[in-house]
Amino acid sequence: MLAYVIRRLFAVAMMLMVVTLTTFVIFFVLPKWAGSDPAYLFAGKQTDPAAIEGIRQKLGLSDPVLVQFWNFLQGLVAGREYTNGADVTKCPAPCFGYSFRTEQEVWPQLTEAIPVTLSLAAGACVLWVVGGVAAGVVSALRRGTLWDRAAMTVALAGVSLPIYFTGLIALAVFSYQLDWISGEYAPVEEDPAQWFQTLLLPWITLALLYAAMYARLTRATMLEIMGEDYIRTARAKGLKERVVIGRHAMRSTWTPVLTLLGLDLGALLGGAVLTESTYSLPGLGRLAIDSIEGKDLPLILGVTLIAALFICVANLVVDLLYAVVDPRVRIG
Amino acid sequence: MTAPLHGTSAEPDAPADVTATAAGKQVEGRSLGRIAWSRLKRDRLALAGGIVVIFLVLIAVFAPLIVSLFGHPPNQFHQDKINPLFGTPYGSFGGISSEHLLGVEPNNGRDVFSRIVYGARISLLVAFLSAMVAVLIGTVLGIVAGYFGGWVDSLISRVMDMLLAFPQLLFIICLVSVLPNNLLGMTGSTVRITILVAVIGFFGWPYIGRIVRGQTLSLREKEYIEAARSLGAGRRYVLFKELLPNLVAPITVYTTLMIPTNILTEAALSYLGAGVRPPTASWGQMLSKAVDSYEADPTFMVVPGMAIFVTVLAFNLFGDGVRDALDPKGTR
Repeated sequence: MLAYVIRRLFAVAMMLMVVTLTTFVIFFVLPKWAGSDPAYLFAGKQTDPAAIEGIRQKLGLSDPVLVQFWNFLQGLVAGREYTNGADVTKCPAPCFGYSFRTEQEVWPQLTEAIPVTLSLAAGACVLWVVGGVAAGVVSALRRGTLWDRAAMTVALAGVSLPIYFTGLIALAVFSYQLDWISGEYAPVEEDPAQWFQTLLLPWITLALLYAAMYARLTRATMLEIMGEDYIRTARAKGLKERVVIGRHAMRSTWTPVLTLLGLDLGALLGGAVLTESTYSLPGLGRLAIDSIEGKDLPLILGVTLIAALFICVANLVVDLLYAVVDPRVRIG
Repeated sequence: MTAPLHGTSAEPDAPADVTATAAGKQVEGRSLGRIAWSRLKRDRLALAGGIVVIFLVLIAVFAPLIVSLFGHPPNQFHQDKINPLFGTPYGSFGGISSEHLLGVEPNNGRDVFSRIVYGARISLLVAFLSAMVAVLIGTVLGIVAGYFGGWVDSLISRVMDMLLAFPQLLFIICLVSVLPNNLLGMTGSTVRITILVAVIGFFGWPYIGRIVRGQTLSLREKEYIEAARSLGAGRRYVLFKELLPNLVAPITVYTTLMIPTNILTEAALSYLGAGVRPPTASWGQMLSKAVDSYEADPTFMVVPGMAIFVTVLAFNLFGDGVRDALDPKGTR
């Protein structure tokens, strides 16, 4: 078990290295190949050649990419200093770089945005797993009834609806017409009521899409499992139907649900980007879009790395959960 | 999906056919394609989806003709249809009239119907082409990984795992925003479409690659492959004449189910401003414009949203039908 976790943590570290390197290549090699200069992107509207040369010196943009990459990794662990002659900018660890566009360090901006996205993701995740699995189980047990057909129709529609469309409709109805929701996002420790109020619609919007997928998957799995021999055995032993479903059938139903969950948590940031920009939530997704629009490279790199870290950790947790949920899985 | 989708015509078909042969009809060998088609014909929802899909493809292909008959040029401004005080269209429901079938755009009065029709072109073109890119890469690498095994398999599998764990939407937006508007001698919307196709296709191939690899792994141990080899068949013959035909079913299923996902991705990218550039019309871009005016003119939000919804739903219905029809375990 311990050896497995260590091996996986090593894989996570490798994965993060690859993501960092890829992002580096996208922003520092691709533009050069396509004929533009990263220093210009950093400089923004400034076109003074001396200023651009200064930025290039300070950020070390003339160094080979691998050297820049190494400096970046060092900065993450030990912090770093950007120097251009007398002009020195300190950046304490973990240094994700220094946005020359907003003249701010990247790390504090990230720490401000992470709780927003985590709140959004956690709330939506609970909603969709509970809602989707429950709807799927009930549909499977009452196969062919009106409930089953209604639930599966709603689920199919839910899978086909883009988040930004449902989000806009929800905003138009609940925020504009009915005026139920107002005000800006507030952190949970400052104003829990406001936090809940501003997140409720985003939760439902984001969860609807995923709940639909989970309902469909759970229903299909449950139907397959209810035909297995061990379910017949359990019934033949005289176990109550509640126990047969709750103890025997449900345990194997969780396995494919968890597999999908591992993949979806990876894709979740995509959903968060769309949800946050529709509802103007100041989270990682919003930060990503703003930084991409402003071509703020250090910020983009930071967001991407944090996102990749979340994905890796989520996948690790899911893999460990397999062993808890499914008695046939032993991790060694 | 763990169900083996590879069909051989020797698989037992639905019980209905067994009774039919028992009744004295001549036993007839049917190909997988014919079995699937006869099942698909009985699935009304899937047929409805298929008809809508064909209809949409025709709209996209004949867009200029349709617009010249029922609409106005997609980039023609109609300021006389706009209330200069509020920027909203005159008339109810976003200015729907016999002249403007789906109303006009707020502020500049462009014909929404024409823009929706032209938007279908972008949507379907990007979705189909990127699915083809993904299928091509995924099939080739999946077969190679599954058939040759060893370090080739490890390498390809690791790359697939890595790509699946990437924050994809973020990377796609980064790539699209970093790449220039003139590339390899192409200009204008051709560049954007090419970039979109390449990027969406590239991030889509691991999904198909994993399925193909898994199928190849189980197929390569089958007796008929062994027989072909012992008869002296070359490697290429085994791969493309023996293996590939048996992979057609799962590849078809995942292609049809990948297209709606690609439509949603393209729309999401356009919504976030990373898709085709205006004035070229696309559905996602129309929705993002509607964000500014949905309170005063909800029609302009509902129309492109419904266009995306109906298209994706139709593809999903059709894709589900194809999957059920090609599933040898299915009884329908």
